[in-house]
Amino acid sequence: MRTPLLWIAGLALVVLPFVYTSPYPLHLLIIILIWSFAYTSWSVMGRFGLVSFGHGGFMGVGAYVTALLWNRAGLTPWIGTPLALVAAGVLAILIAYPCFRYRIIGHYFALVTLALSGIVLQVITATRDWTGGSLGYTPIRYQGGSSLYALQFTGKRTWYLIALAVWAVGLYVWHRVDRSMLRYALEAISEDEDAAAAAGVHVTREKLKITVLSAVMTALAGALYCQYQMFISPDTVSGISVSLQMVFAVVLGGIYVALGPTIGAVITILLAETLRISFGTNAVGWDNVVYGVLLVLFIIFLPKGILGSLLDLRRPKGPAPVHRPQADAA
Amino acid sequence: MHSIFDVYLLEALINGVLLGGVLALLSLGLNLVFGVIDVVWICYAELIMLGMYGMYFLYAVYHLPIGLAAVICIVGIAVLGVLLHALVISPLLGAAPINQMLATGGVLFFLQSAATVLFGIEFRNLGLRLPVLKLSGMFISYSRLLAFGAALCAMVLVYLFLSRTYTGTAIRAIAQDRQIMALMGVDTRRIYLITSAVGGALAGLAATLLVLQYDVHPFVGLSFGPIIFLICVLGGLGNFVGGFVAAFVFAELISIGGLYLDLEWGYVFAFAFFILMMFVRPQGLLARRS
Repeated sequence: MRTPLLWIAGLALVVLPFVYTSPYPLHLLIIILIWSFAYTSWSVMGRFGLVSFGHGGFMGVGAYVTALLWNRAGLTPWIGTPLALVAAGVLAILIAYPCFRYRIIGHYFALVTLALSGIVLQVITATRDWTGGSLGYTPIRYQGGSSLYALQFTGKRTWYLIALAVWAVGLYVWHRVDRSMLRYALEAISEDEDAAAAAGVHVTREKLKITVLSAVMTALAGALYCQYQMFISPDTVSGISVSLQMVFAVVLGGIYVALGPTIGAVITILLAETLRISFGTNAVGWDNVVYGVLLVLFIIFLPKGILGSLLDLRRPKGPAPVHRPQADAA
Repeated sequence: MHSIFDVYLLEALINGVLLGGVLALLSLGLNLVFGVIDVVWICYAELIMLGMYGMYFLYAVYHLPIGLAAVICIVGIAVLGVLLHALVISPLLGAAPINQMLATGGVLFFLQSAATVLFGIEFRNLGLRLPVLKLSGMFISYSRLLAFGAALCAMVLVYLFLSRTYTGTAIRAIAQDRQIMALMGVDTRRIYLITSAVGGALAGLAATLLVLQYDVHPFVGLSFGPIIFLICVLGGLGNFVGGFVAAFVFAELISIGGLYLDLEWGYVFAFAFFILMMFVRPQGLLARRS
């Protein structure tokens, strides 16, 4: 029943840039899609209680490795981005394997990954001879403007379609994880690691799988952001504030539903843009004032997020769905 | 050449010790709150940032005597700590720990951007320059010495409060077992509020000391906030002695790393050391819980 609707919605999204060509709304949509993908990547692991504050680090690696390989080594992003993803994956294993092996969970896991965010940010800032430090970094323009080889396009339509495709892949991955054995294993783990291990779940391996998947996806979002914006700075793609921004948008939208992170991205980005347009430079900071208050209110009153709570309203009150161990865990 | 190098190293070592005192004070408040209430205040550094603004406005703009300004700041941030607990933490006491952490993350966003809106993004300072102590070729600033001394005094006071008073004993008891203490007739809510007030007051005190050395701007919290969390975790969250030791280790790493390379590399070393230690000695960190 839902499948035809899904196809119609998808088709409408693909056709959109050919019907509606105004550049600014398209730009907004591209930004929303890229961030939605990043937030979805975070929620792939975040929904299992693996709250990471290190995803800003993975995103920074994705963006900077791609840009540095292009500028310094002349490597096309077609090779550079996969290398960046590998780098992010290796980084994720380096941090996560010992964490899971030694059962660093909950607060401790969040704080270790917070340190990772800090490290990536400080390394980018400290290697300013290479990365431009806090002033930011620009990939060199390919001479012709648009080029498939350099993955640089001047037209917004191309970018919209790329971002749409990547976002759709992100949702598909989320869906696949949702339907997999991995999900049951991870839910068992988030309830009780010992019990899960006793039931035959390889705790470390399952957690590592989802973490690497999530880190690699986040790095792809970083690379995409870099290629689209053609400018990256440590504060926009890495560091603790970006990590917190991801966590926040996902919690706002709904952490346990596929489109939750997307809804979170739509709301936060539109809110920031509306405030920016209506108040101009006076609005600097206002969007985050509103975010902050909303985040606190949401966690207290609507821990399932906007979309999650709306879906709950529609659902008849039956037995509670099984996939929410964290919400009631003391 | 060699002797000059040694003087720099010694200077870095001494500055590291002085920085360690301040870091120990910073982490003490956070550690206390964690140990007793079992909540990590992600926005702790932002409370300090507000205290620094308080000092700036009271002293540099309204020209209050600096001692009075400091007292007002400490009391003000203590009140903020109580408000934070009453408004944000206590509705979430039964929720998943990670939700409490995220909620204080929201408070972080709120405080940081409220400061941006209210005070702008300019760097401000007290316009107060304490003299620099010259000691056989080394330069050590009085503001650092003062901060170090005040931090040590505050820590001794907190220690005495925790070990010699009835309330302090109740606080330590709750940190050990929060279920039983309620049965023993201790009002948990009151103890939580007192702890939050003490945690806030320590943040306020740290603010009055930091503002002597550093400029204040809305994002200043991000520059030392992560370090404070790492110190608390490295020492074992809620473990006061551990936090104290960890603060000095971190400060020396930053200070000596900053001497040989850039300050950023000092931070990188400190972070990397932290992650390594988590793997080498996880049992030390988790000892309190298991």
